[in-house]
Order: sequence, then structure tokens, then C-alpha cells
Amino acid sequence: MAAHEMDHDTQSPHEDLSFSSATQAKITELLTRYPRKQGALIPTLFLAQDEFGWLKPGTMELVAHTLELPVTTVLATAMFYTMLYKTPHGRFHIQICTNVSCFLLGADDLVAAAREVLGIAPGETSADGLFTLEQVQCLCACERAPTLQINKKDYFNVTPTKMREILADMQKEGARLGPSVGWPGHAHVGQSHGGHSHA
Amino acid sequence: MPEQRILLRRHLGVDFTKLDNYLKHGGFQMWKRVMELGPDGVIAEVKTSGLRGRGGAGFPTGVKWGFLPKDGRTRYLVVNADEGEPGTFKDRYFLEEDPFRQLEGILYSAYAIGAHVCYIYIRGEYWNSKAVTDDAIQQLYKAGWLGKNIQGSGFDLDVYVHSGAGAYICGEETALIESIEGKPGMPRLKPPFPANFGVFGMPTIVNNTETLAAVPVILEMGPEQWSALGSPRNGGTKLMGVSGHVKKPGLFEVPMGTPMREIIYELGGGVLDDKEILAVIPGGSSCPFLTKDEIDVPMDFDALKGVGSMLGTACITVIAEGTDLIKVMCRVAKFYQHESCGQCTPCRQGTGWIHAICQKLDSGAAGPEAIDLLIDACNQIDGNTICAHGEAAAWPIRSICKKFRPQLEAAIRARTAA
Repeated sequence: MAAHEMDHDTQSPHEDLSFSSATQAKITELLTRYPRKQGALIPTLFLAQDEFGWLKPGTMELVAHTLELPVTTVLATAMFYTMLYKTPHGRFHIQICTNVSCFLLGADDLVAAAREVLGIAPGETSADGLFTLEQVQCLCACERAPTLQINKKDYFNVTPTKMREILADMQKEGARLGPSVGWPGHAHVGQSHGGHSHA
Repeated sequence: MPEQRILLRRHLGVDFTKLDNYLKHGGFQMWKRVMELGPDGVIAEVKTSGLRGRGGAGFPTGVKWGFLPKDGRTRYLVVNADEGEPGTFKDRYFLEEDPFRQLEGILYSAYAIGAHVCYIYIRGEYWNSKAVTDDAIQQLYKAGWLGKNIQGSGFDLDVYVHSGAGAYICGEETALIESIEGKPGMPRLKPPFPANFGVFGMPTIVNNTETLAAVPVILEMGPEQWSALGSPRNGGTKLMGVSGHVKKPGLFEVPMGTPMREIIYELGGGVLDDKEILAVIPGGSSCPFLTKDEIDVPMDFDALKGVGSMLGTACITVIAEGTDLIKVMCRVAKFYQHESCGQCTPCRQGTGWIHAICQKLDSGAAGPEAIDLLIDACNQIDGNTICAHGEAAAWPIRSICKKFRPQLEAAIRARTAA
């Protein structure tokens, strides 16, 4: 808990941000797994992302402070990995595999269906903060192609019809839940993602 | 039926994510024998079996273990479960459906090499794999199969799941090591090799998930008997898959050396709509493509090398006649561009050029002479980079350009005439 107390230190560069006690406890446990604190960096960035929605500069400073690492070290690692978000993402991150096996079985039709339903192109996030659409590389479930992943859940053997159904469900859920945690102007409530986040 | 199910046990309909079920079906029964053999004895058994790394490179596992220096430094076992090679879906089976098989292999292997900490590096997108494997680890701690003084033996082992974060390059073992250390996943110059200078600068063995899953089976069957299941120098059975344009895509377990044709036509049910095969990728998109005349090749490391390709992950992708190979090339080229770590110029720049040329071909903005340009670009990357990502980018594209030139030229004519 010592690191948590440090969050309230006036020297801290991130007075407006701190980890929840549950996350702080997870970080403390993570630090026992590695002989160097930097070993815990990627798992800690995931925890930070879960808690704050994405890795804004202040969040990376908080991680750097917590792990006693230079901010540049945290930035260099965060920048390298696509699953560490450097920009706000929608509540539902629609990731459609368009690599070879999925392409052969019609993945492009899924992208077209998603574009039509959501009104955004791959790489874009809807203005309401509900959807981010992306074409991703092989999700390695090729025997069940075409595949996609939404937040932390996999979908297999997806057809354009099924794609539309899934998105319609999420539009309903999104209307209830509002934009993602960390979406600009959206209050931080300390809980990540929607119905598909893991415990 | 060429299937021989030892590792792949879906047909039993048992929930192998529960330790009780795993133990009921023979799990951890080799522990006593491992204790009798001692570390050197286990290494000798694995050497005798001829087990070759199931991640794709096919390096003999026992030989790799023998490279560890005997200098008293802390040793680590690292599992490469960063499954990401396009077309591949084999390690996912262990991680999600039979997690204890890998963990049993980890226990025996860690004991053999004298490691007391093991990191399982699972690709970030495998959320379910990470959750199931992590749960299995917790079950083992509770049952005294992990932690301090395992089963009263005096041997300690801690196992942790370490998540990747969306970088294919971290499947390269030194990039994977960098990633565990919390750094960008850029492959290291070798030497020094991981056996001497691995994770946190300590002696480290990196083995693939399926490789470690095979270790308990080798001990159970006896190394010679296990080895005899496969072809010469390619012992044992292996998980092999087939996807793409086939009627029954799926994951199977067959003896090494099973002809590719049997996997496509018998296990995979043949080509969709009974079309002819146009091209086959033997084991993930970094393998050079084969034509339909080459599919009688036995699926093992040496035979695939003999036809100028690679066994890779042994998950086959079938491409039926009528498929636009320029579009396939674009997908393959885009992948290797996207996943280049960027530290070597030939790879960083070359993968971009290859993708750009493929796109020009696709849009009808380039003529048949671009095929030679592609081959030239591939030749400039091949052999000029720190890691094998450069070859992985160059070889498949070059193989398409060389083996499928008439089809490419026809596809180019169709575009430029329009």
C-alpha cells in the first residue's frame, strides 16, 4: 500500500489521478512476479487502460510514478503495442480479421456491413463514443473464419447478417451505457468497457 | 483415417479445464518417473525422442536445453504462446481446452533445466486463453502442483501468465523476452543467445506451447516409441490444421510426415464446391506457397524444406482456383508491413515497398514488370535483417511471383484492360 499512499504525495506529478485500491493491490502482486519493476510494465498498462479507458499522458505518468520508471520508458513501450490505446476508443471495439483465411471466406463483407450500420470507416470511432471499427490481423481461429473480436470476446463463423444482429444488440446496449470510460467529457466511474469486460 | 489422437482430446467430451478431470485421465502420472530420472535423465529422454520445436523452427528441444551454461545463475523457462502466424490455430487448443497438458510439460521441463520461474507469454488478443490458463495455474497452486516444495519433492516452481499486447513480432523469441522485460518487442542481435543471456539477462529456455505439451507424452510412451510415430528425424505426432477454402476446416492430430493431400482431402473434406486447388500455404503465411502439384509432400520439417517451403506451424491454408492472387498478396504484404518492428531498414522500408507495389498491381496502376520489381525487393530484404521477419515477409511474396506468374499476369491484364 506504500505506493498507493505515494499517490497523495504533493510531489506526485498526477494529483488528479490515482488507481483504485483494487488495481493498486493487483499492481503490488504483479511486482512480486518479476525481478525488475519494468517487467510489470505491460500488465500495469493493461490495468490502467481497464480503469481509465485509454492511456492518456497523465495515466502514463501515473504508471511511471507507480513503477518508479522514467515516463519516456513507459511511453516507448506503450507506443509499440497496438492493444495499448493511446487515443480514446469507443465502448465497443469492433475488430474484424481481414487476413488471408478470413478474407477467403468473406471478411470484407463483414467490414462493409459494419461500415453501413455504424457509418464509420475502419480506424474511426463514432462521435458518440460507442463504436471503434478496426480491421485487425489474424486472430488465429482460422478454422472458424470469418472471425472478429469485440472488446474481449471472440465471435466465430460470422456472416454479414450475424454481424448486423451483433451490432444492433450493441447499439441498444450502448444507448443504455453511454460512451466508454475515458471518453472526453464522460465522467470516470472506475469501471471499464461494457458487458464484455472480464471480471 | 490418418488421425492419431494423443494430445488432441476433444472427442472425449471431457472438460479438461478442471484439474480433477485431467488427473482422472492420467495427468501428472509421470511425476514420479521424472523424480527417478532426475534432471539429466529427463533431458536425455527428450533428446532421445528427437522432439523438434513445434513453434515452427523445428530446432531439437533437448539440444536447446543442453545449451544452458552451468554457472549457477538463475534460470528461466519461458513459454512462447504468442500464437499469431496467420492461418494458425493450434496452441489455442491447449491454452483454452487442455491447459494442464502444457502446465504438466512446464513442470517436468522446468525441473529438467533447473528453472524455478516460468513465464507463459500468451498473445494479448487471446483473452479466453489467458483466463483459462491462469485459472488452471491457480488450481495447481491449490493442489500443491506449483509453488514451494511441489508434492514434497523440495522443488519450487512459480508459473505466471504474461500477456502480449498486440505485436506479432513478439513471437520471435528475443522480441518476446524484451516484451516480458516491459520493453518494445524488438528482436535482439544474436549471439548472445537466450540460453546464455535471456530474460532479465539470465539463462533462459524459450519453448513453444505444443512442444512442452508433448513432453509428458514422450515420458509416458517412451522416447523411442513416441518418435517412431512420425517420420525419420521428425518424431511423434503433431497438431495440424486446415482452413480457407475447404469443406471441413479444423484442427487434427496426425503423425509427422502425413501427406498434405490427406489432411486437405480426407480430414478437411476437400475443396469447397469441389474446385481445384490454386495454392496452398503449408503452415502460416510466412511459408512459401505451394502449387496443387506439390501437395503430396509429407508434412514434416525436412520434406517441406525439400520443396522450398517450411512446415511452419503446420496449419494449412487452402486457396481455391478462381481466387485473385493479387488480393491475397496484398493481405500477406500488409500484414508483414504492419508487424515489422522497424529497427532494420530493409524490413521496415522493404515491407512497405512490397505492400505498395501489391496495391499498385491491385489498382491496375502497375503492369507485369512489377512482378520482377517485387522479386527484387524481396531479394533485398532476405538475409539482411536481425530476425526472420524479413524472410517471413519476402519468401511468400517471392514464391507467388515465381510459381504463379501466369495467374498474376492474367490478373494484371484483367485490371489494366478495364
